[in-house]
Amino acid sequence: MSEMAATPVPLPAKRRGAQLLMLALAVGITMFAYANVGLAMNGKVPAGMLTYGLGLGGFMLAAYLVLAKFAPWADPLILPLVTLVNGIGLVIIYRIEESHARGTAGASATNQLIMTGVGVVLFAVTLIVLRDQRALQRLTYTAGFVGLFLLISPLIPGLGKTVNGSRIWIGFGPATIQPAELAKIALVVFFAGYLVAKRDVLALAGRRLLFIDLPRARDLGPVLITWAVSLGVLVLQKDLGSSLLLFGTFIAMLYIATQRTSWVLIGILLFVGGAFLAGQIFDHVQARFEVWLDPGRQEFFDRELGGSAQLMQGLFAMGAGGILGTGLGQGHPYLVPLSFSDFIFSATGEELGLTGLMALLMVYALIVERGLRTSLAARDPFTKLLAGGLSFLLAWQVFIIVGGVTNLIPLTGLVTPFMSQGGSALLANWILVALLVRTSDAARQPPPQAIQNEGLTQVFQR
Amino acid sequence: MSELTLLLIRLAFLAVLWFFVIAAVGVIRTDLFGSRTAAAGPRKSAKPTKPAAKPKSKKGEPRQLVVTGGPLQGTTINLTETPITIGRANDATLVVSDDYASSRHARLFPQDGQWIVEDLGSTNGTYLDRSKVTRPTPVPLGVPIRVGKTVIELRK
Repeated sequence: MSEMAATPVPLPAKRRGAQLLMLALAVGITMFAYANVGLAMNGKVPAGMLTYGLGLGGFMLAAYLVLAKFAPWADPLILPLVTLVNGIGLVIIYRIEESHARGTAGASATNQLIMTGVGVVLFAVTLIVLRDQRALQRLTYTAGFVGLFLLISPLIPGLGKTVNGSRIWIGFGPATIQPAELAKIALVVFFAGYLVAKRDVLALAGRRLLFIDLPRARDLGPVLITWAVSLGVLVLQKDLGSSLLLFGTFIAMLYIATQRTSWVLIGILLFVGGAFLAGQIFDHVQARFEVWLDPGRQEFFDRELGGSAQLMQGLFAMGAGGILGTGLGQGHPYLVPLSFSDFIFSATGEELGLTGLMALLMVYALIVERGLRTSLAARDPFTKLLAGGLSFLLAWQVFIIVGGVTNLIPLTGLVTPFMSQGGSALLANWILVALLVRTSDAARQPPPQAIQNEGLTQVFQR
Repeated sequence: MSELTLLLIRLAFLAVLWFFVIAAVGVIRTDLFGSRTAAAGPRKSAKPTKPAAKPKSKKGEPRQLVVTGGPLQGTTINLTETPITIGRANDATLVVSDDYASSRHARLFPQDGQWIVEDLGSTNGTYLDRSKVTRPTPVPLGVPIRVGKTVIELRK
């Protein structure tokens, strides 16, 4: 016993040093990219390089300090990886803004940098206010109602605004936000809390048919409700992306909670059926499917609204990039409409090529891996589901937009997390990262010490 | 700017991007390839990795507690010198939400290089392999301990 008391308890490494080094590297790469854009476009290092670089570096240093103080055991990789993706996004937006081409008036790297700053503030606030992620479990149903309200709020007359055919914005005077971005986080919290309470009945009851376990009919309720809500989003707000995101996340979390394949099969069947029906009934959904199946057709290419011109130009852009890309500042990504928001992935593909895109996807994959790892290491079921759900949400979001831009699945208007220009999405994703950091801190910190030293008082015989 | 310079910058940028990815994988390589690679060499590398993070344990001593069955399946907890409690209470090391587990169900603690399992007066009992744990019992490697619906075992 005395030997045990003499040696201090070994703690798992915090890896703060590694985190700071990776963070510096991420900011360094961003500055390198700025310099590259300036050298290629104007022949000199742009004046903004230091502003943007030091701005981003300052924000990230602040985020790091808050993290080191309030979540010291958090995963060392999440913040640097997110920083890199955010930084590359800033550079691409800056590059498109600098081209001063037609249709790029909306691109503003300065705005995006300010939004990144606000995002970091929200990240810090979340970490400081939320000391224990299990507090969210008490807010299960509150989160559910808030999420649902945010989701349908654009439909409220006077508050909602229709932009580019989708009714997914709400406006307060000049400021507009996309409430669905925040809704998805609230809904993941709700799903996690709800499934912890209900998963036993969802996992155990039911009977076996052929090789899958069928759940009882009445347990289908929550699935059907989520299905109806996501179809409602699809039909009323014309937002295919959010609809797919919402339902897919729910099904994935259901699978994590119950480990039953039948839920995944039921979910896929329901969604495909629903989407097919919607495609038959509603024109805008049908147009998406037509374009997806045959984007090269002239009549689709020429169509004014919902045509394939943007998609085809994005595909050509990536094709022009090839394996190594045209180099930053040396391609023509501004030719693709919305290349600074929805199509930022194709802009990146043109200038950095397949090699750069693969590196970027690896970074996303690593973020998701850290999240799933957190989920595995978490000690209570709510944290497990929350971390699993949040990381799946991020992965699913990347899949939907990258799949859409590369024409693997029908194109939906989702943002590329942390890269696309757009305040709401950036802020929401920074909150998501804060939650991931918080859960990873809880999962990695060493178990609490016993209050009394039981080793000294315990007497037993073996 | 000449073409050649730009080409070199472009290649350098891609290389740096991939270097970042590889460095990131390096930071978490203990996760990906198991803890043995980290503890393998006492060399001090330039990166702030901590090869000495794990104590020099004797052979045959368990390093990890792995949940092999039940809702928490896949969870691992690294064993230190700290005792581990299992139960439904929020302050337990391994929190199981299980109607068949008590709030403070069982305890695992190290003694003389061995891990001992002790039932803390649970309602439904703790089982080591097939036998009920009635008094503190040493746990061999790889033998399942059953707490309610959860099954755990010690591994190297």
